[in-house]
Amino acid sequence: MAKVTIDGIVVDVANGSTILQAAEQAGIEVPRFCYHERLSIAGNCRMCLVEVEKAPPKPIASCSYPVADGMIVHTDSPMVRNGRRGVMEFLLINHPLDCPICDQGGECDLQDQAMGFGADHSRYAENKRAVPDKNLGPLVKTSMNRCIHCTRCIRFITEVAGVPDLGATARGEHMEVGTYVEKALGSELSGNIIDLCPVGALTSKPYAFVARPWELAKVDSIDVLDAVGANIRIDARGTEVLRILPRINEDVNEEWLGDKSRFAIDGLKRRRLDRPWVRENGKLRAATWDEAFATIAAKLKPLSGDRIGAVAGDLVDAESVLALKDLLASLGSGNIDCRQDGAKLDASRRDFYCFNTSIVGIEEADAILIVGANPRKEAPVLNARIRKARLASGLPIGVIGSETDLTYAVTHLGTSPSLLTDLHGDQHDFAKVLADAKKPMIIVGQGALARPDGSAILAAAWRLAAHVGALSADWHGFNVLHTAAGRVGALDLGFVPGPQDKTADVMLGGGVDLLWLLGADGFDPARIAAGTFVVYQGHHGDAGAQRADVILPGAAYTEKSGTYVNTEGRVQRGFRAVYPPGDAREDWTILRAFSAVIGKTLPYDTIEALRARLEQVNPVFGRVGHLPRFGCSDHTGPTGDPAVLSDEPLVSAVANYYVTDPISRSSPTMAACVAAQTEPLMAAE
Amino acid sequence: MLQDKDRIFTNLYGQHDPFLNGARARGDWDNTAAILARGRDAIVQEMKDSGLRGRGGAGFPTGLKWSFMPKQADRPCYLVVNADESEPGTCKDRDILRHDPHKLVEGCLVAGFAMGATAAYIYVRGEFYNETVNLKRAIDEAYEAGLIGKNACGSGYDYDVFFHRGAGAYICGEETALIESLEGKKGMPRMKPPFPAGVGLYGCPSTVNNVESIAVAPTILRRGASWFTSLGRQNNTGQKLFCISGHVNKPCNVEEELGIPLKELIEKYAGGVRGGWDNLLAVIPGGASVPLIPKSICDTVLMDFDSLRAVTSGLGTAAVIVMDKSTDVIKAITRLSKFYMHESCGQCTPCREGTGWMWRVMTRMTEGRATVDEIDTLQKVTKQVEGHTICALGDAAAWPIQGLIRHFRPVMEERIAAYKRSAKSMPMAAE
Repeated sequence: MAKVTIDGIVVDVANGSTILQAAEQAGIEVPRFCYHERLSIAGNCRMCLVEVEKAPPKPIASCSYPVADGMIVHTDSPMVRNGRRGVMEFLLINHPLDCPICDQGGECDLQDQAMGFGADHSRYAENKRAVPDKNLGPLVKTSMNRCIHCTRCIRFITEVAGVPDLGATARGEHMEVGTYVEKALGSELSGNIIDLCPVGALTSKPYAFVARPWELAKVDSIDVLDAVGANIRIDARGTEVLRILPRINEDVNEEWLGDKSRFAIDGLKRRRLDRPWVRENGKLRAATWDEAFATIAAKLKPLSGDRIGAVAGDLVDAESVLALKDLLASLGSGNIDCRQDGAKLDASRRDFYCFNTSIVGIEEADAILIVGANPRKEAPVLNARIRKARLASGLPIGVIGSETDLTYAVTHLGTSPSLLTDLHGDQHDFAKVLADAKKPMIIVGQGALARPDGSAILAAAWRLAAHVGALSADWHGFNVLHTAAGRVGALDLGFVPGPQDKTADVMLGGGVDLLWLLGADGFDPARIAAGTFVVYQGHHGDAGAQRADVILPGAAYTEKSGTYVNTEGRVQRGFRAVYPPGDAREDWTILRAFSAVIGKTLPYDTIEALRARLEQVNPVFGRVGHLPRFGCSDHTGPTGDPAVLSDEPLVSAVANYYVTDPISRSSPTMAACVAAQTEPLMAAE
Repeated sequence: MLQDKDRIFTNLYGQHDPFLNGARARGDWDNTAAILARGRDAIVQEMKDSGLRGRGGAGFPTGLKWSFMPKQADRPCYLVVNADESEPGTCKDRDILRHDPHKLVEGCLVAGFAMGATAAYIYVRGEFYNETVNLKRAIDEAYEAGLIGKNACGSGYDYDVFFHRGAGAYICGEETALIESLEGKKGMPRMKPPFPAGVGLYGCPSTVNNVESIAVAPTILRRGASWFTSLGRQNNTGQKLFCISGHVNKPCNVEEELGIPLKELIEKYAGGVRGGWDNLLAVIPGGASVPLIPKSICDTVLMDFDSLRAVTSGLGTAAVIVMDKSTDVIKAITRLSKFYMHESCGQCTPCREGTGWMWRVMTRMTEGRATVDEIDTLQKVTKQVEGHTICALGDAAAWPIQGLIRHFRPVMEERIAAYKRSAKSMPMAAE
């Protein structure tokens, strides 16, 4: 520890800290542009100048200068103030000062710091520099005149995202940030450079000229477009969600957010179900809630419990899942399933289906085996965490599955699941790597489970985990990487058929006469048997709604308060930002209202009562936000015979990152991203 | 004045064979093993005692720099030789490379041994093609003769020498930018600390030295620190290559003692100022980066680090640029400003933005299209750049302008007044 005096405040800081970190510890704000605590230190903006006593008589860049014991620092001396004012003036001489037409206005570091540390006028009377804008694809809009060359975007895309698409060309005042050859950014995390850019050089293309930050109502929520459960802030105005930004949660998403989660929101305004529909003579017609409920009730009346079934989709909140489960139970049916893709998940024990190591735990791991998953496409934020761990410790990472660029170096073992048997039998070089590791991790993706031998792969992976010492009293190295935000919550609530009940496959294939789809769109609707009466409850007119006999319009995740459990098993809660469109309602209230129509009234009238019921069904729901780390003492594996592995190659469950669910499928921005992957970019608009 | 017997660069003008036989005849590679046999510490101490100050411009004591290298390192250590000679007016390293390359190669071995380096990397300015050809031949000869490589000079020490050609960026002469460039990255200076002696080339301890500093080392070690200190002035010991260019009758490179009067240097070796000493306007005594000095100072000033610092200039690379009275001194400094704007790497704000600003104002100053107030603004802008940047290029861009304002402000004011007079009859352009 070093004792440092900053503006008269004495602080003890760790050796190797920088002056800027020490100042933050002392509660003193040092202005900065290029410094960012999650990126490497560039030291190029020169805004964070401070004066250090007994050092060379010139200002020192505090972001990069290490502290020394007994150092005396001044952050507000005349020398420092002059230095900052000078740097500020330099930054502004070639900045267009077009704040009135700049989307960054109101949340711009340059504006704020110019107010705080700049002079009131410029002495620069020459012409300003002009820089051509770059086309970085459909997500990031550029206005390169505004760039102050802090290189945060370059460092993020190179270091965190691991896709070195950005760089600086030319030098001196002609230095330009760009992609060298014009192309769309190839990263799934590219939207984060918009947040990182301290000025308006990089702004959101879909959000261009839409709103000012002070007009927006800001609501905390949880992202549902992948299973990481990134913490988000929904910015809405009136009935419209205008943008989504990440919130800081060190345990989950740090401060990053995947592009789909950030930009798919224009899908929330398209193809929405805003009123109930009833199919009459083969055609859907708009109906009232009463008509819709009456139609279902009439259909339901003659049916026995085992001819009724329900399938929950990928974006559902835990509250609606529980209400549906209770409804089905009151009708005498156990035909419930949340695994619409047929994933062979074993719900009998929580650590059979969770990402048990936890996302922060990745940084402690010393070897990783990825089985049938492409974390870059399935959970880009989690993938960035794996990359971070890989860069920090150089841990070996093995992949069984298709060979793709995961943004870090991996050992590709092959594509066949039978490699799990080889590894277990120590017949592979990587077996030794796993065995030597103290904290090995095995990550099983949905691509490995949603196939006929899924149970076998799950069991084989567990057996391997136990064999290599990944299951110990203080380390749980068995992980299932989910792609559906609602899946773990539904499994926690037991939304799976009992031994005598019907699975989703059976239900779709004519096993039931009335099938209730709760936002379930992840399968080909033609698979549903012709005679089945389908009730679709959801928010988008997607696959499920097309086949439906009755449509009940529900709410999207931005339109309801909901509880979601991420792939780690972390229970998180989001709040409503806007109201659902038209006649649409929050999903649990629809189920509650319908239960009253058929005289099986569910025993909760408020969301609080429903949440109390959640906790009653599974106590984990009482632990919102916090996730305790745990080990594994019971090595008994999930059901499934590890011996019956097929040789069918493993592939990821996500074919295209940008279109995976009803919201992203409806989003023109995501469609543009898909197009940008294949087609050359048009010149900058 | 330097006597012939004390000259180190006896083939400065290329009259003799630059290669191994010629070099041996001049005394290079003479029992180098005996120098190495003295051991690391003794060599470093001898260099410290010699008082040799770095010949690349900053004048940092070379022996002291070598002593910063770790005594015990778990990683390889490197000597990096800065042969990216791009300072305007400077052409001394070039003559060493082409006429006396063995001095450098031997110096690499001795210096590298003294700092425990496993290899030397010589970063040669890209434009120096023919010089590189000679250097390569010298390195090949030395390998062949067993002077470097495995068991160099029979000393039991393994040592490699590599050279690399740059791509012609001035900033790559800055030691950390040079290292970045050598690593294959964009040549942009790194922040210090950490200094190269801790984290340098490929993250390993490294020392970056100028060609001349390294090339003189073997001779100093052969003839002893006391011989070296007998030359020059106190704290400015030894000899130095001076490059005299500009308005002199006979521009030349010459080896002389430090502390020789500037007037003597110019009159004796360069044939005097064009049109006589009284026709002298100003001299830039140490390459483009240092402030100029007017004739009144030139009359008496001595050419060494401390004397020139006392007159708010610097010895720099000892590139003497002479300007006679026919020179438009404002235009001359404007040209230097343009050079620095062009060569700024663009990494840090004050230099990236400031060099362009200064050049633009200087361009107007050349015409006189400015106000007298703007001279003060310009001075403040130079102060805003100086000392606020990552590397010294910001300082180098600021100093020539500061020197101009310090010594030639009346000329600038007169230029502005003249423009006003001539502009009165001219129609105003819409601005």
